[in-house]
Amino acid sequence: MILVFAAVAVWIGAWAFNGWLANGRFSDLASVRLAVPLIFGATVIVVWELIVRGLQVPPVILPPPSTIVGAFFGNFGVLWPDFVQTFAKGALGGYVIGCGSALLTAILVDRYDFLRRGLLPVGNFMAALPIVGTAPILVMWFGFDWQSKAAVVVVMVFFPMLVNTVAGLRDTSAMQRDLMRTYGASYWQTLFKLRFPAALPFIFNGLKIATTLALIGAIVAEFFGSPTRGLGFRISTSVGTLALDMVWAVIVVAALTGTAFYGAVAWLERRMTFWHPSQRK
Amino acid sequence: MKALGPILAVVAAIIALWYVAAVPMNIQEVLTQAERAGAVVEPEGAMNRRDVNRFALVLRNADHLGESWSMERARLPAPHQVVKELWASTWDEEVSGRRGIVKSGSLSNRSLIYHGSITLGATIVGFLIGSGLGILLAVGIVHSKTMDMSVMPWAIVSQTIPIVALAPMIIVVLYSIGVEGLLPKAVISAYLSFFPVVVGMVKGLRSPDAMQTDLLRTYNASKPQAFWMLRLPASVPYLFASLKIGIAASLVGAIVGELPVQRGGLGARMLGGSYYGQTEQLWAALLFAAAMAAILVWLIGWIEGKTLRRMGVTQ
Repeated sequence: MILVFAAVAVWIGAWAFNGWLANGRFSDLASVRLAVPLIFGATVIVVWELIVRGLQVPPVILPPPSTIVGAFFGNFGVLWPDFVQTFAKGALGGYVIGCGSALLTAILVDRYDFLRRGLLPVGNFMAALPIVGTAPILVMWFGFDWQSKAAVVVVMVFFPMLVNTVAGLRDTSAMQRDLMRTYGASYWQTLFKLRFPAALPFIFNGLKIATTLALIGAIVAEFFGSPTRGLGFRISTSVGTLALDMVWAVIVVAALTGTAFYGAVAWLERRMTFWHPSQRK
Repeated sequence: MKALGPILAVVAAIIALWYVAAVPMNIQEVLTQAERAGAVVEPEGAMNRRDVNRFALVLRNADHLGESWSMERARLPAPHQVVKELWASTWDEEVSGRRGIVKSGSLSNRSLIYHGSITLGATIVGFLIGSGLGILLAVGIVHSKTMDMSVMPWAIVSQTIPIVALAPMIIVVLYSIGVEGLLPKAVISAYLSFFPVVVGMVKGLRSPDAMQTDLLRTYNASKPQAFWMLRLPASVPYLFASLKIGIAASLVGAIVGELPVQRGGLGARMLGGSYYGQTEQLWAALLFAAAMAAILVWLIGWIEGKTLRRMGVTQ
């Protein structure tokens, strides 16, 4: 019981400290802005640890964070091939193919107004559907290995990427296009020098949405069948044996991967669309 | 009408492509069946054909493709086969089937309506819990700077991680403490719809600009008054935009939540279809899920339209 009281005390103390930081006079400092969420995250983990230990929650229901960290480092040799299988092969392969083909399709769709008026509503419709459901079909077609996961990812990222890119390619003003015409610019020159750069914020928006979808697709597709490695496979088998510390370790890997992937695309966006108002400091 | 033409053309093109694709996709099984029926197929024997390119097989056996669109358990069933299965497992099963609602008084456990209603129940309950909590947290975030600075970065980060990976564990853990049925799936649906609603709602509650908040200050409006009269109405368009994302995510959550425990639902139906090679059943379940998602999103769009018109927002 002492541990539970300690947990409550830690929670109140940390919340009060955060309140003091957030409402104090240093609240606009970058370091404070970073510190407050980190303190909150650390508090959640400490409270979790104390409550699980204090109430003696069985590890098959909720393992304490210390056990999860132990499982993460202890099974690094298992988790690394899982990560390579799911992220480097399945998710990343599908991401590149899906986003690339959506980009090319978008240029085609943009060129013909008929296609734009026909494909865009269909694309918007498809973007809202539970496309994860195609996973069992694609696993049946492309086998258990990473190719089927990449195929699921392609289908999942294609439509959000298409819709965003087409919207972006239309985001130039009549004035800008007229200027290009007075320069005697050809279609391709206008495309590469004006409309493509102008579309970049939209394209990156699509790319960022697609990062999460890619990981979801690759992991969920593994629930429908996979070789004996991969993050989704590890989750479903570890759940089967009630090795929840391992499941949480895999989720830590997936979370770190997702955040890093998103962060990498966001970094690229900052480098390439530095001129856009939303990126200016 | 002018807008409908291109859409119909695209849909027709997709269906045509589907039919064309069914020929090379099913060629192996079609030729095996034709050979059994006595036709001369080139090259002979299923083993010899296994590693031959599908398109080459189509070209060399152009006379024996008649079964491509009527194979049972085809790799890619033709659209009309899927539609037939869809009809058979909804209307037919319920109205004329032995287990159907007309003859037995309860939904047949082989019909998509039964499985769909299981999934729909979990989706709706989860969506209501998730979006409700999401709105509450957003209100808290907007009014408490401590909460804003502590929680908001985590809500944003959570959008970048595949939280659906938690689904199998939640099902099994809740099962082991005695909670089963609709609730575990609803929990998954709830947390999948929770974060998009939080992020969208915070954006919406913050959307009134300085001019508007200043005006309320000159009226000496209290904080609750500013909330009810300015912030909440201003957030409605943002709320609906994120509710649409939220309900689609809820449905995915419910379907994924049905994978580990095979107790009915569209997810269980899909997994069953993939285990037993019942591709028509699989496609029918997929189309049913897609139709359900479309209807749910459309429903929220309809409520959005009504609400915005009542609020006087010109559309």
